[in-house]
Amino acid sequence: MRIRFHQSLDELKEKLLVMAGMAEQAIQRSIEAYRTRDLEICELVFKSEPAINRLEREIDQAALDLLAMEQPMAIDLRFILSVIRINADLERVGDQAVNIAVRVREMGAYSNVDLPVDIPRAASLASAMVRKALQAFIEGDAELARSVLAMDDEVDAMNDAAFTALSALIKRQPELTPQALNALIISRNLERVGDHATNVAEDVIFWVRGADVRHKGSVAS
Amino acid sequence: MGVGIEVEDLNAWYGQTHTLKGINLQIPANSATALIGPSGCGKSTFVRCLNRMHETNPVARAEGTVRVGDVDVYKDASPVEIRRRIGMVFQRPNPFPTMSIYDNVASGLKLNGFRNKRVLDEVVERSLRQAALWDEVKDHLKSKSGASLSGGQQQRLCIARAIAVDPEVLLMDEPASALDPVSTAKIEDLIFQLKDEYTIVIVTHNMQQAARVAEKTGFFLSGHLVEFDSTHKIFTNPSDKRTEDYITGRFG
Repeated sequence: MRIRFHQSLDELKEKLLVMAGMAEQAIQRSIEAYRTRDLEICELVFKSEPAINRLEREIDQAALDLLAMEQPMAIDLRFILSVIRINADLERVGDQAVNIAVRVREMGAYSNVDLPVDIPRAASLASAMVRKALQAFIEGDAELARSVLAMDDEVDAMNDAAFTALSALIKRQPELTPQALNALIISRNLERVGDHATNVAEDVIFWVRGADVRHKGSVAS
Repeated sequence: MGVGIEVEDLNAWYGQTHTLKGINLQIPANSATALIGPSGCGKSTFVRCLNRMHETNPVARAEGTVRVGDVDVYKDASPVEIRRRIGMVFQRPNPFPTMSIYDNVASGLKLNGFRNKRVLDEVVERSLRQAALWDEVKDHLKSKSGASLSGGQQQRLCIARAIAVDPEVLLMDEPASALDPVSTAKIEDLIFQLKDEYTIVIVTHNMQQAARVAEKTGFFLSGHLVEFDSTHKIFTNPSDKRTEDYITGRFG
């Protein structure tokens, strides 16, 4: 029995869950900042980024140590590879939160206008994807992970709709271009959050089933 | 050239103990096949059944069919003929200690009646080259004994001795477990090269070694062949939970 090794895997999982919590909180705060235009919340998002980056390096190092020293096999090997990939995706989710907070701060310089785009709805969908993907990771549930993949099209469609509506607005009312552009970038950031959640879900399927479903691949086993 | 091995319903016993239970598998020619499993699982018994070494123990017996190429091992040939066709390398290098390096390699041929010096010289050189030992020993082939070599060199000498009689199959029972990492790497490189000429079956406790050298891997447990598949599949995503539990260290 490799008791110490399996304890180390549990510790790695716990570390990644801390990372997940921080990334999820960052994205929720950035959306709250958009909703309320509260620059103090933006500051909280900016302050959380170095901690996320630090934890990313720490998790990578722990995973690398296990690969080098324990030479894991099969489901353990897949788990560690998945952790490394999910770790990178969570760090990118943190970056998207920062990007959104930057845009919210920009928007603060302009008057608050009604834009033809439902950012809170796109945000709640993207957040739900992240939450569900992480739940699938916690429970090792490939079916739950698959349900995340199906949600990505909806987030993409909302981003496309935002592009169409905001482009039309810019043509119609060029004076609203700064606000429209910022909203467009936020919509794009949320669409990327959905992509990262999709990646996390794909990694969960790889870990649990050993099947590579990236790039719309089929589940092989 | 190597030949394929077909095993059908192979059973083996030591006294009353049933150590191999209905083994069926096909080992492809000119490939390396690794057999893994916990101690006492039957993997060494299995390879000893392939070249009829198992029956050298008076309380041991085996039943079933083993075909090496076109030859039915238990029907068509004598144990001596089978062991010429199927060479074996053991865990601990076992060169003949008082014989010179040259005589160690030539011993099998001499036993089979070869006396032509030119032929023997050629075979010794070719075998030592194939075993990646020639450059290290060519200057003292007859002046140094097999026992004077390092452990890793001795094991390569044993491989040279095994291939000198031109076998079709090489069985290796933990061939690197008594060697340091550098010697182990040399043996593994050698296995990689030798499979062009021979069919190799390697028993190993070192799973990384199995993953590195073998195209196919079989997992034995309690006398059963639990899973036999491509090495890639066995070590990344095995089909049987027992295989996964063993290779990930959850038991054994």
